[in-house]
Amino acid sequence: MIDFLNSIIVLLNFIIIPGISYGSQLALGALGVTFVYAILRFANFAHGEIMSFGAMITILFTWLFQSQNIGLGILPTALLALPIGIIATIILCIISDKIVFQYYRYQKSVPVVLAMVSIGVMFVINAIIRIIIGTETIKFSDGQKFILKAKQFKVMTGLNEGLAIKSSQVITILITVLLLTFTFWFLQKTKTGKSMRAFSDNEDLALLSGINPDRVVFTTWIIVGVLACVAGTLYGLDKSYKPIIYLNLVLPIFASAIVGGIGSPFGAVVGGYVIAFSEIMVTYAYKKFFVYLLPSSMEPTGLVQLLSTDYKFAVSFSILVIVLLIRPSGIFKGRVL
Amino acid sequence: MMKFERYEWVAITIMISLFIFVGFIQGWSVSLVILNMCIISAIMTMGVNISWGYAGVINFGVMGFLAMGGLAAVLVSYPPITESWQAGGKGLGISLALLVVLVIAVIYINKIIIQKRNRYILNSLIIFFGILIIRHFYLNATHNIEDVNPAIAGFLGGLGLPIIFSWIVGGLFAAGVAFVIGKVALGLRSDYLAIVTLGISEIVVSVLKHEEWLSRGVKNVIGLKRPVPYEINLQNTDWFIELVIYLNASKLNNIIDVSERQQVLNNLIIDASGIFVKLSYAILFLIVMFIIFYFANKAQLSPWGRMMRAIRDNETAANAMGKDVVKQHLIIFVIGAAIVGVAGAMLVTLDGLFTPSGYRPLRFTFIIWIMVIVGGSGNNLGAIFGGFVIWFSWIEAAPLTTFIINQLTIGLEPDNALKLHLLDSVPYFRYLLMGLILLLILRYRPKGIIPEKVRHS
Repeated sequence: MIDFLNSIIVLLNFIIIPGISYGSQLALGALGVTFVYAILRFANFAHGEIMSFGAMITILFTWLFQSQNIGLGILPTALLALPIGIIATIILCIISDKIVFQYYRYQKSVPVVLAMVSIGVMFVINAIIRIIIGTETIKFSDGQKFILKAKQFKVMTGLNEGLAIKSSQVITILITVLLLTFTFWFLQKTKTGKSMRAFSDNEDLALLSGINPDRVVFTTWIIVGVLACVAGTLYGLDKSYKPIIYLNLVLPIFASAIVGGIGSPFGAVVGGYVIAFSEIMVTYAYKKFFVYLLPSSMEPTGLVQLLSTDYKFAVSFSILVIVLLIRPSGIFKGRVL
Repeated sequence: MMKFERYEWVAITIMISLFIFVGFIQGWSVSLVILNMCIISAIMTMGVNISWGYAGVINFGVMGFLAMGGLAAVLVSYPPITESWQAGGKGLGISLALLVVLVIAVIYINKIIIQKRNRYILNSLIIFFGILIIRHFYLNATHNIEDVNPAIAGFLGGLGLPIIFSWIVGGLFAAGVAFVIGKVALGLRSDYLAIVTLGISEIVVSVLKHEEWLSRGVKNVIGLKRPVPYEINLQNTDWFIELVIYLNASKLNNIIDVSERQQVLNNLIIDASGIFVKLSYAILFLIVMFIIFYFANKAQLSPWGRMMRAIRDNETAANAMGKDVVKQHLIIFVIGAAIVGVAGAMLVTLDGLFTPSGYRPLRFTFIIWIMVIVGGSGNNLGAIFGGFVIWFSWIEAAPLTTFIINQLTIGLEPDNALKLHLLDSVPYFRYLLMGLILLLILRYRPKGIIPEKVRHS
């Protein structure tokens, strides 16, 4: 019985909790991509850089607050700076729409052209970030690091395995739940949300019923800005902030959005968790888990690992390819590609 | 056969004068280094241009195909390592054979079982257990190989042939990978095809990074043999020394002192040998570029090229006319990828080393796409022009921004924090420049600088 509990703790500690927090970050990112896709109808390659930009502004203000000795006690100071980061990200989104994307929307350009344009925007934001903050790895989480330390847990329960819960993980999960609830409430219950859904479903019909497209697009960018900034900051808070990493993050985010069913917000969230869990589960070495569960005579000799951790990114894309082969519209039927 | 318009002649003149200009300002060696990379970029751009410009098939997997070309360079030119083969060759052979058996089994199952759900269950079971068994042999073998002399070897080596063959092999490798990708992914809507190819190219690169038995992974392969002479050999070759004396006769004759003359001559020879090597590369690359350019143009003007344009402009109509759109898409995707693969092998040949971790999408996929868009999709000369101009500005962005920043901050003190920070960030301004170029071109000249010629025939 003790062994069984120990093995469960191992799973919780190394797979479930990291999976949920990474999945939340991916889900928020994928939701942003999905909004752009559903309303503006293009694949936004700049999304990773928008996330990075939000995180960067948050970091800059975190530093400012830290130097002024303003803090939140046990909570990270970044939470205080987050609203400012969100506002800056929204402004960035709206400026890039006004200067760049709007023109092509009025021209009714094909999606590929808009995707190319978003690559240009990606380069520009990327350069701005690097010029402002460089390419160094930045750790900006402060306050209490752990809510539950492995040692405390061992003493508390008398088990062999410790369970460590980082405060950044709990913050990630709480904020994600709040933000997702709000987003879905907004989409389902408010007038603006309904008009957005109508616009996404059938643009011409929506225009006929008097929905103002510019207003819908404006709201979309606000939501995208909030989601991107929060996702970027949480990712940086949980791991560490590195400007280069966000370009790599775009791929799992796209994979999540497509796996869940592109254009479907709920699918994007589910896709995020699917991708996160499969990345972690396929590359985790289960040796410890089986050591507890199996009698000592059957103990595994190897690491019991399906793929080495080097293939993390490859996993998300293999899943994407498999999903596209078997069910091209994604798990929750989005638009057929 | 080929007639250039006046603006095309202008473009060609601009390209040539850029290098002459750099040659006089920064030295001929720098100019040739940039020229070599420009030629390779132009070939990559032509590859992408063939699939995107002719047929509208998007290919964001450039990075992966380049890496396959690079792998070909290693596998063709590196001398074979017999100890590694003895250590793990058998195990690898067994796992390969088992893999073939597995694939055949899956194909067989797909043929005989019609009910969808049963097929999925049986397939996943067989694949899962098959992979478990293969892994056993495979991990043992690769482990043994990687243990052989890990400091200098630790991989299988190659065939030990001249590296120039790898240019063809690289094309074939890339074509093979492209065929598989095309079978899976073509048929998706274009922006999703972009994402999927981008992702698969990441998978290709991560395989090359981590399968050390094959490519030595992140430990890199260095010292690949060159197709052109080495500087040090040239410096001791009589005909080369005489050539240098002949070319610099007037300069040398003015120096009367013998030891001083020898000194000057030595310096001249060292300079000249470097330039000679780069020039030989440039000539080899130019030959390849012209061959590809010739055939690409020929193909574009042929009935096949006309069919491709028809498919690009209206898929449904082309389909209705009896053209096999899916097959043609696959063909052109593979051809484009093969050309990119050739460029990848040439890139590794030029560097003499293979560094899998150096393949990053920003540098090897997106920049190439900027070249295609800027140059003009659907026009081969435009592709070459885009490759030249974008690579040129990518390199020359740093000196240019240093100059501009110095001019703008001339009023500030030399240790001003803002000025120092800006000067530190000089390498990042090239991303800004690239983004701005792409956005401006897409806005004001969406067909590129040298647009596709509209043919009425």
